[in-house]
Amino acid sequence: MARTVFIEATYLAASILFILGMRSLTRTEGARRGMQMAMVGMLLAVVGTLINHSIVDYRWIMAGLAVGTVLGYPLGARVPMTSIPQAIAASHMFGAIAATLVGVAEYYNAGGNVGSGTMTALGFETLLGSLTITGSFMAFGKLQGIVMDRPLTFRGQNALNLMLFAATIGIFGYLIVTPAHPALFYAMVGLALLIGVSMVLPIGGADMPVVISLLNSYAGLASAATGFAIGNNVLIIAGALDGASGFLLSILMSKAMNRSFANVLFGAFGTPAAGAGAKTATGLTVHPISAEDAAMRLAYASEVIIVPGYGMAVAQSQHQVRELAEQIEKRGGTVKYAIHPVAGRMPGHMNVLLAEANVPYDRLYDMDEINAEFDHADVALVIGANDVVNPAARNDRSSPIYGMPILNADHAKSIIVLKRGMSPGFAGIENELFYDQKTSMLFGDAKASLTKLVAEVKNV
Amino acid sequence: MPSPNLVQLSITMTELSVFVLAGFLGYQIVTKVPPLVHTPLLSATNAICGISIVGALVEAGAHQTTVSTILGFAAVTAATINIVGGFLMTDRMLKMFKSRPKTPTAAPSAPAGQTNPAGPSGRAPGEN
Repeated sequence: MARTVFIEATYLAASILFILGMRSLTRTEGARRGMQMAMVGMLLAVVGTLINHSIVDYRWIMAGLAVGTVLGYPLGARVPMTSIPQAIAASHMFGAIAATLVGVAEYYNAGGNVGSGTMTALGFETLLGSLTITGSFMAFGKLQGIVMDRPLTFRGQNALNLMLFAATIGIFGYLIVTPAHPALFYAMVGLALLIGVSMVLPIGGADMPVVISLLNSYAGLASAATGFAIGNNVLIIAGALDGASGFLLSILMSKAMNRSFANVLFGAFGTPAAGAGAKTATGLTVHPISAEDAAMRLAYASEVIIVPGYGMAVAQSQHQVRELAEQIEKRGGTVKYAIHPVAGRMPGHMNVLLAEANVPYDRLYDMDEINAEFDHADVALVIGANDVVNPAARNDRSSPIYGMPILNADHAKSIIVLKRGMSPGFAGIENELFYDQKTSMLFGDAKASLTKLVAEVKNV
Repeated sequence: MPSPNLVQLSITMTELSVFVLAGFLGYQIVTKVPPLVHTPLLSATNAICGISIVGALVEAGAHQTTVSTILGFAAVTAATINIVGGFLMTDRMLKMFKSRPKTPTAAPSAPAGQTNPAGPSGRAPGEN
């Protein structure tokens, strides 16, 4: 009895520590300590569970903990910051594997003889879990470049997805009424795995922030469902916190693209049909600039706003960006960073990279804070960003990104764009900013261009 | 004497209340998290979600069937990867977020004061 009370107490403490840990993220100071509290919470929950009466054999547990630690350590400690989106996707996948396997094991042990309530919980757990497994795996593949980054679409895709979905829900409903059909249960798990694949296949790189957030939410809900299945409140609480957090993030990301959830999931950005009415670049010319001239302009600017995008992450050039900013500041100019909510491949991606390069976080400005500032900036330096500065979002009704809030880089007195070549962005849309009279294009790998700029600004 | 079904139902209702309230709390907290740390938030909630290890440990250790023990072992492994990887990643990111050494008052949420091009600091922080 006393043991049960102790176990419950560790779960309660863990829940409180999780909540405090998450709350600590509302302020940058103390966030690290807050997360350490959450770690202690996790440890408490594990210890509390280990002294549970029903655990009779510790060998497999110890083996699992050991193997997991050995594999998890490099994932958390060794992965470079530029690969964090993949690492988070992989981590989601492992969490979802755990939830799904627990659900399958529960069902297997009961031989399918479970009540309708438990079946509902197990169903949600395995459904959400398995679609998160394959969904995260696909997201990982796309981010890592193993699977094609471009949206993969084919005729009848939405119809197929709808059928998959309907079949899965149908089986789930049938199982709730009559749970003792193991074959159907495993079929449902299989179908959910397929849904995960088909859900992420048509999604392009630019939409990844929404997908990652959504998978985060599903992983949380799967954990919460596990809590319902085994009657454990700490799982329900942690899962609900995670589910709500991921859900809110995906809403924020969708809003930052002026698109609905449904549109992100079923719209498949960048399909040929989407660009049909959009403006093309025929008859327009770009104005290339040499590194020397660009450096000259930056050196004499009193206010520079840097707009980083996924290109900065790909070129891993965040350190060179910071060096350039330092050189400009040494000459008396101010440098600010304008961060679009969906720049990069996950929420907050640019912030993490720039923080890694030791850029103080009070130089990083959200879109709403900085947009008015572009009007008196001498130079807007766009580094590997495209859609988030595309004026078509403001004035071209036929553009697929019409209505998306963008950074007003085109309001700056002059614009320098660092770009590899003239290929359209990840959403596959032409960007008229690149053809603007005020815009100069500095072509080349972002890292090489920035290194040149740093050297040139030093010499001015 | 209430029927077992009713007892089960009332337990489920309590769990549902916990779920809804925790979800609401999570939503409230996350609305206050600045976009600056959205990535650490993502990886932190991801790590916390590894709490399904609680279920995994019981499956791996209760020795109900061989299948469930093996599935439990795999689940413990996966959950541990999730937890260890997630928390380490989060900590590594949060460690990086630094303010400027000497001017802590320059809050990023002061757009009104930014019209002055001199900004919060015209001085170059020469050290990294």
